[in-house]
Amino acid sequence: MIRIEQLSVRLPGFSLGPVDLCVEEGEFFCLLGPTGSGKTLILESVVGLVRVSHGRIMVSERDVTGLPPERRGVGIVYQDCALFPHLSVEKNIHYGLRYHNGVNSDGHDRCRHLVDSLGLARLLNRSVTTLSGGEKQRVALARALATAPSVLLLDEPLAALDPCFREEIRDLFRSLHRETGITVLMVTHDFTDAHTLAQRVAILHDGHIEQTGSAETVFRKPATTFVADFVGMQNVLPARVESGILIVDGLNLALPTGNGHHRFAAIRPEHVHILPKSNDTGEEGIPGRIRSIVNQGLFAELAVETCGVTIKAVMLTSSLMEKGLRQGGQVFLCIDPADVHLIQR
Amino acid sequence: MPCPESSASGWRSVSNTAPSAVLSDSRPRRQRGRDPFLWLAVASSAVIVAFILVPLVEMMTQPTLVSLKETLMDRDVVRSIRLSIVTSSSAALIALVFGTPLAYLLARRQFPGKKILESVIDLPIMIPHPVVGIALLSIAGRNHPIGRVMQSVGIEVMGTVTGLIAVLTFVGLPFYINTVKAGFEEISPRLEHVSRSLGASAGGTFFRVTLPLAWRHMVVGAIMCTARAVSEFGAVVIVAYHPMTAPVMIYERFTAYGLKYSQPVAVWLILVCLVLFLLLRIFSLKPKAAS
Repeated sequence: MIRIEQLSVRLPGFSLGPVDLCVEEGEFFCLLGPTGSGKTLILESVVGLVRVSHGRIMVSERDVTGLPPERRGVGIVYQDCALFPHLSVEKNIHYGLRYHNGVNSDGHDRCRHLVDSLGLARLLNRSVTTLSGGEKQRVALARALATAPSVLLLDEPLAALDPCFREEIRDLFRSLHRETGITVLMVTHDFTDAHTLAQRVAILHDGHIEQTGSAETVFRKPATTFVADFVGMQNVLPARVESGILIVDGLNLALPTGNGHHRFAAIRPEHVHILPKSNDTGEEGIPGRIRSIVNQGLFAELAVETCGVTIKAVMLTSSLMEKGLRQGGQVFLCIDPADVHLIQR
Repeated sequence: MPCPESSASGWRSVSNTAPSAVLSDSRPRRQRGRDPFLWLAVASSAVIVAFILVPLVEMMTQPTLVSLKETLMDRDVVRSIRLSIVTSSSAALIALVFGTPLAYLLARRQFPGKKILESVIDLPIMIPHPVVGIALLSIAGRNHPIGRVMQSVGIEVMGTVTGLIAVLTFVGLPFYINTVKAGFEEISPRLEHVSRSLGASAGGTFFRVTLPLAWRHMVVGAIMCTARAVSEFGAVVIVAYHPMTAPVMIYERFTAYGLKYSQPVAVWLILVCLVLFLLLRIFSLKPKAAS
């Protein structure tokens, strides 16, 4: 369990917090945010690598705020793995054993089990400089878990990996977490990683937490316009309420929901349906004109101009071709009111 | 309809870019031979290399083998070269013991006045060398409290090996500290962070992670410090004319007997420096070969 209370860190040019965060025992928690939002700083505060200006950090019900890193029982795996280049794979994995009474059979048994379950047996005598990205991650993971830490911190462990290794290491994290039941706090800027691994996520922006909740909740119901943008809502439009009906500015999209506090309407691009304007279909939605089409291979991103507002949509490229949609073409936009999410700030 | 169009334009763009890419690769290669700037650079480099090598080669080839052998038989010469090497190595050892923690602090920590401290460390490079000798003597004399303390415990600086080592350490320190600092900076702090998280203390981390990765820079730094100290004359001649180090002996022979008598001693000193330089190259090249 990790509990962060009112954590503040002041650095020249950046200020973190105050941040409150609780990662439950055995939970896989993801801290999400763009570069420079303070994610790694929170992680390094938990490890004990930065001086905390204010607040308290509890690890497994123990106040570790004033403790040096070696007495916190926190394991960390960095994006670049940070393997000791002068040591072999085996010596890297065994590095921490001597500090945890691990030189006895217990520690060695744990290492042997980790080596087997991570498929590292054939690499033990290799130099770490000759390993592939995926192998390095597995060694770094084994090294961190060899000392049986109370919690495991992962600092963007998937960011530097090739797509093929990425999926492999993601599966590995999932199965290791299931098997060991260890509390994991992972930092990432990729929502896909969080979506596939985390039970709960927190979105960090400019040193402050914007929203905490399950990945699904944050994805579907972002609390702020920043979170909406971060999870790929793409259409975050100013809105106002008139006689109990929410009017999305310019569009006159009347929705029978909302109250006076809602100032934005957010729509995921995949929830915007586009139909070609033809004579036989008649009026089927909001009329608009395709301003641009960006072909992404499997998907295509469309920007449709309507009533002075640009609405972004995503559709399968095959569907785009089937419907014969082209840049400059007249179309109808269909949006289900249930897919419109309202945001206060 | 959009499909054939886009694929056709795709084909067109590929077929257009391919030949131009080939041209852009081959043209500079052909032009390189005719580039006047390149020839200007080569010519000026040749002048510089000749400027360094010609006087040295000339001096190395001037003395006969007989005179070189005779010089090597001269006890005073052997003693002075040995003294130069011993005092310079001692200076490097002192720099290693006391300079390593400072280099580590400079590489790893941010603190107020860091830039000023770095400038202070570079001062011995900039100060005229006789001034270094005078400065050291001024604190070692009876008029200074430090000098009085030193004399009370029997440490003499003027005209002693201690004075020589002190002055050589002074001039050699920046070379050691800057080299080792660069070495520490090359090591990712994350390696140390991971080591700490695995249970190692700050000291344990230094000896198990940092030192094994930085030792090559420390050796290179020590060699540079030694090489700098061996060649020191200006500061040495102020602090201790006697016992005579090799550069002082060369100077004395030059002023007393002329060029012919000073050259053989200089040749032997250059050979010693060449060995140091060779060691430096061996130690500094290895990491590149490994990477």
